[in-house]
Amino acid sequence: MAVVERDATTGSAATGTSRPAAARPLAVNRLFASIAGWDWLSKAWWTCLSVGLFAGIWELCWAMGWADPQLLPPPHIFLSNFGEQGKFFNTATRWQVGNSMEGPSAFESVMITVAATTMRVFVGLVLASVLAIGIGVAVRYWHVFDKLVLPTVTLLSPVSPIAWLPVAIFLFGIGNAPAIFMVVVALFFHMVLATIAQIDGVSPNLINVARTMGASKRQIYGRVIVPAILPGMLQVLRMNLFGAWMVVLVAESTGVGYGMGQVIMLARNTFNPSLVFFTIAVIGVLGFAFDWLLRLAQRRILYWLPDTQEKLRGL
Amino acid sequence: MASDSAPHFSSRDAVVCRGVGKTWAAGTRRAHEALRDVDLDIAPGEFVVFLGPSGCGKSTLLYLVAGLEEATDGRIAAFGDPVEAPSPERSLIFQETSLFPWLTVWQNVSFGLSIRGVGIEERKQIARQALQRVGLAEAMDKRPDELSGGMRQRVAVARALAMRPKVLLMDEPFAALDVQTRSRMQDFLLDVWRDSGASILFVTHHIDEAVALADRVVIFTARPGRIKTIVPISIPRPRDPFSPQCEALRKELTELLRAEVDRAFAEQEALADAV
Ligand SMILES: Nc1ncnc2c1ncn2[C@@H]1O[C@H](COP(=O)(O)OP(=O)(O)O)[C@@H](O)[C@H]1O
Ligand SMILES: [Mg+2]
Repeated sequence: MAVVERDATTGSAATGTSRPAAARPLAVNRLFASIAGWDWLSKAWWTCLSVGLFAGIWELCWAMGWADPQLLPPPHIFLSNFGEQGKFFNTATRWQVGNSMEGPSAFESVMITVAATTMRVFVGLVLASVLAIGIGVAVRYWHVFDKLVLPTVTLLSPVSPIAWLPVAIFLFGIGNAPAIFMVVVALFFHMVLATIAQIDGVSPNLINVARTMGASKRQIYGRVIVPAILPGMLQVLRMNLFGAWMVVLVAESTGVGYGMGQVIMLARNTFNPSLVFFTIAVIGVLGFAFDWLLRLAQRRILYWLPDTQEKLRGL
Repeated sequence: MASDSAPHFSSRDAVVCRGVGKTWAAGTRRAHEALRDVDLDIAPGEFVVFLGPSGCGKSTLLYLVAGLEEATDGRIAAFGDPVEAPSPERSLIFQETSLFPWLTVWQNVSFGLSIRGVGIEERKQIARQALQRVGLAEAMDKRPDELSGGMRQRVAVARALAMRPKVLLMDEPFAALDVQTRSRMQDFLLDVWRDSGASILFVTHHIDEAVALADRVVIFTARPGRIKTIVPISIPRPRDPFSPQCEALRKELTELLRAEVDRAFAEQEALADAV
């Protein structure tokens, strides 16, 4: 007796065939999706198409002679000499371009650099979220804390993260710490304010239910307010993710020994457009992967959220 | 204006209101009076329905009785004790879904018990019993968003019942449901009411609902809400809504209410003109 509409739709999503055809304009796409109900396949298909279109236009510009390959090398150029470009990612031998065969291979160099940058973004995101949610909740929990902390946070939040760069270097010198600090500082203030806004937006009914059940202030925060703001906070995190990537590049390009930002700076100083675009491509893929992972986490952790995107597409 | 039952202060009364008034944002420029001088006695196990134009303070009165807000005037007592804070003995059920979306149905139902530190096995068992009483035992492990509106309200009722309340406060709980579901829910509520023995204070703006449910109907004036009259209903349950007695009652209530709704409208229009 307990079957409801929503059950029915998720059930059919699992088999993947009974969605309205209007939502999927392309027959090919429908074919893909209906083979085994692999929704992600259709998504991947569209992603490839989108990127392919962009690359195709670029290649066309090159073929027509509009884009100078010295300045705007098209994808097939900057991706084809991967072996050569990858060498530049090798921090140890970077300055002896062309003559080093020892040390990590091109692929390994790229991976090491990517891993270093990704780690900084990830640690920065986690630290910023934990700190911001903690402080945001504390601001609403203790009135004194609110009065003491909120004005400063509000004052500092519009400051561009770039302004913190010297501070990062004064405090942490070079290494991982200043890059992580930059990510944290870029996200922290906004996320504190976002946390507070989320708390203020929690339905008073939910809080009142907990109150009538005899929950203490602490229980209300721990069992109602924190779970209730999590969806919004993940959303905020996703929106700030790209900001974190930008900031980490800036930090790396000045202070830190190696990382994607350093590669970009190197490319700039040695006038190597291929390397610039190659790095941009890598960063793009990484950012995309991060966003995808967060979205996945969002769906796993926050199973109770409605799928609005799906509804909008049906309009 | 006073209640038509004999005034008594005995501790046997489930809820006693004496001269209760509420002014929101009292002492500020935005202060406005929602309730004035409400005297009301509710016996244990009594089913009382509040009717009145919207904005007259019915929800406010429920919040005061629940202890979620403090009255600015007068006194409220429940079973002889002054109401100072919320208590599981007086459960409030809201119009909109107030289930925790991140918990399963049974976890929602046993939320109050987990607050008290009751162990998981016992909680699950009590939740199962409460859900059985509202006919939703199979939905134990579902998520609230998998349920229809009517089922969610039944879960909310089960959650209240799990705390063994002596007073159930219901703020237009079925207003968001369609007509058929609502009438089923009314029957269901009467069953629950009968076996729980709790008093119910039930807000609605549907006269039919008042006729179907109430022992007494309290009619409020336009804001600030005061008690205009209390209409006792002695028609035995189950009530046939089309019986002549019910028709007559419906007519009486409609007329009593109409004057107040007109007044509320006039007031709102005057306010709108002033702005
Ligand atoms: N939390 C609140 N703060 C300030 N004013 C409120 C609040 N809740 C209700 N009011 C006001 O009190 C009056 C009565 O509201 P309410 O009790 O919700 O009416 P009803 O439930 O009868 O429709 C309204 O004018 C409303 O604007
Ligand atoms: Mg109301």
